[in-house]
Amino acid sequence: MKFRHLILANLLRKKVRLILTIGSFAIALVLFTFLAVVKSAFSRGMEIAGADRLVVVSRIGLMQLLPISDRDKIMAIPGVKAVTHNHWFGGVYQDEKNFFPQFVIDPENQRQVMTELVVPDDQWSNFLKDRQGAIAGARTAARFHWKIGDRIPIKTTLYGGGSSDFNLDGIYHSERPGGDEGQFWLQWKYFDENVPAAVKSTAGWYVVKLDSPDDAVRVAKAIDEKFANSSFETKTETESAFAAGFAKQFGNIELLILSIGSVVFFTLLLVTGNAMAISVRERTSELAVLRAIGFSGRAILFFVLAESIVIALAGGILGLALAYVAIPVIGVALTGLLPPLLLSKSLLMLGIGFALFVGAASGLLPGLGAMRMRVVNALRRV
Amino acid sequence: MVKVDGSGGNSSLIQVRDLDKTYRRGGEEIHVLQGLNLDVEKGEFIAFMGPSGSGKTTLLNLLGGLDVPTRGSITVAGDEITNMSSNRLTEWRARHVGFIFQMYNLIPVLTAYQNVELPLLLTKLSKTERREHVETALSVVGLADRMNHFPRQLSGGQEQRVTIARAVVSDPTFLLCDEPTGDLDRKSADEIMALIEELVGKHNKTILMVTHDPVVAARAHTTLHLEKGVLVEGRNSRENVLAGGAS
Repeated sequence: MKFRHLILANLLRKKVRLILTIGSFAIALVLFTFLAVVKSAFSRGMEIAGADRLVVVSRIGLMQLLPISDRDKIMAIPGVKAVTHNHWFGGVYQDEKNFFPQFVIDPENQRQVMTELVVPDDQWSNFLKDRQGAIAGARTAARFHWKIGDRIPIKTTLYGGGSSDFNLDGIYHSERPGGDEGQFWLQWKYFDENVPAAVKSTAGWYVVKLDSPDDAVRVAKAIDEKFANSSFETKTETESAFAAGFAKQFGNIELLILSIGSVVFFTLLLVTGNAMAISVRERTSELAVLRAIGFSGRAILFFVLAESIVIALAGGILGLALAYVAIPVIGVALTGLLPPLLLSKSLLMLGIGFALFVGAASGLLPGLGAMRMRVVNALRRV
Repeated sequence: MVKVDGSGGNSSLIQVRDLDKTYRRGGEEIHVLQGLNLDVEKGEFIAFMGPSGSGKTTLLNLLGGLDVPTRGSITVAGDEITNMSSNRLTEWRARHVGFIFQMYNLIPVLTAYQNVELPLLLTKLSKTERREHVETALSVVGLADRMNHFPRQLSGGQEQRVTIARAVVSDPTFLLCDEPTGDLDRKSADEIMALIEELVGKHNKTILMVTHDPVVAARAHTTLHLEKGVLVEGRNSRENVLAGGAS
């Protein structure tokens, strides 16, 4: 490109300003990427939810329990392939800050329904034989450096309180990229024997596997109709809708992130736009000379846009590189507070797109101004 | 032969006919040029003189296609530029006009070589061809050994030489010089004028120059004065000036 040296020379004429502009771009990109990763983490539950799974909870609320006898009634509905049930255990491992979700599961049906969460067969059979057995997600096991055979003491304030030691019999992995590997599973039978009478023979919620995702609406309606006007009315929705509702309990994360993201975007636009406007104004006479010797208005616009896009791209790549290094570190520090933070390729591409867009937008107004200037007037400024 | 009465034939390189330029300042109309005529042959070297505000630079801007007249026509080498669109005029300038400004107007972040190369970036010449042209132009102005210097590393006279090299590198139809020695000391001014004379004498360039300096104007073939918006033949002949009789 024969104009390369002209664009580069103009870019490098004020090195401090260039570094500061690229730096502000890079920091904004780190923030943008972090926000995007957090948003993606909260919505990942919806993205990875099984299209062929329904979640059945009490119509009153998630904390209201359902009778265990409902399982067979749900199983009898046409289109249902398998049913499993879960309880929220709500325990604490050593300290409250060591949060991870613990679920009391139905070992007989868990693997038929949650097919993507894989436990090796030998570990699973050990778990089945062990009333105080537990299975941990790979992420949680790695977080606390647990290995199979460890005894894990968990205190709980729910269900009458108390403390129990559980034997780590296995570690599950998710076959889906970004899947939840943070859970801790306990045996329902052991739980049922030790809880107060009011909680015995109950399930927190059911997870239903369907023959076909096409049956979702029909089966959900059939389940809720089955328990309508009973003491335990249900609310059945797809796993993705359930995950979305669960995420909303934390507040409107999406709106919060979009608000902060918008502030970042407009601030960056103003900072870069101002830098470009000053840069163009400083060399109005030079641009006028270029116009006088035959460079077209479009060529001038191209030079200004090229400069702003190069700045944006340099800042964007630097910011994304910083985010690439920093986000795993932040993710580890926030383990338990946030879902896993994953910086995907699509997010990196989105970041580059964001940088290019801001670069082009910030150079557009100064570029159009330079393109439309009256050469005669601009030359008089010399 | 320069003519200012509109009697020149179609063979003139530059023909200006009934040229008016009016500016509006506030509610007032200022008639800078009024019915101006001019015929310039190839190889002429003309100096325009006149008091400040007489319209010398305005005339130069109109001849260079940087401004458009209120009325009248300018034809250069058969092309009537007053009817051209802005885009065509830009292309025309690139092919036909070389500009030499009083303040040099070099791009400070480019070397002398890169500054001179600028007009050639608009052509289809290869990199090697561009290099040949730039080296030739810099040799003509005596700066072949300074091609990698930045403007701040050059004296005023040398900067103006680079400007001249930039103006001639694409071999334009004519050169427009706006006070080319206005920012130089007498010695440097003499050197620049010698170079301009060489472009006319040796390379048969057509040059139209605005100047306040009668000594500089005297080196042109013809001096024209702008008075009340029209051109009149100069009263400052080379002989008068050199004899100390400049008015």
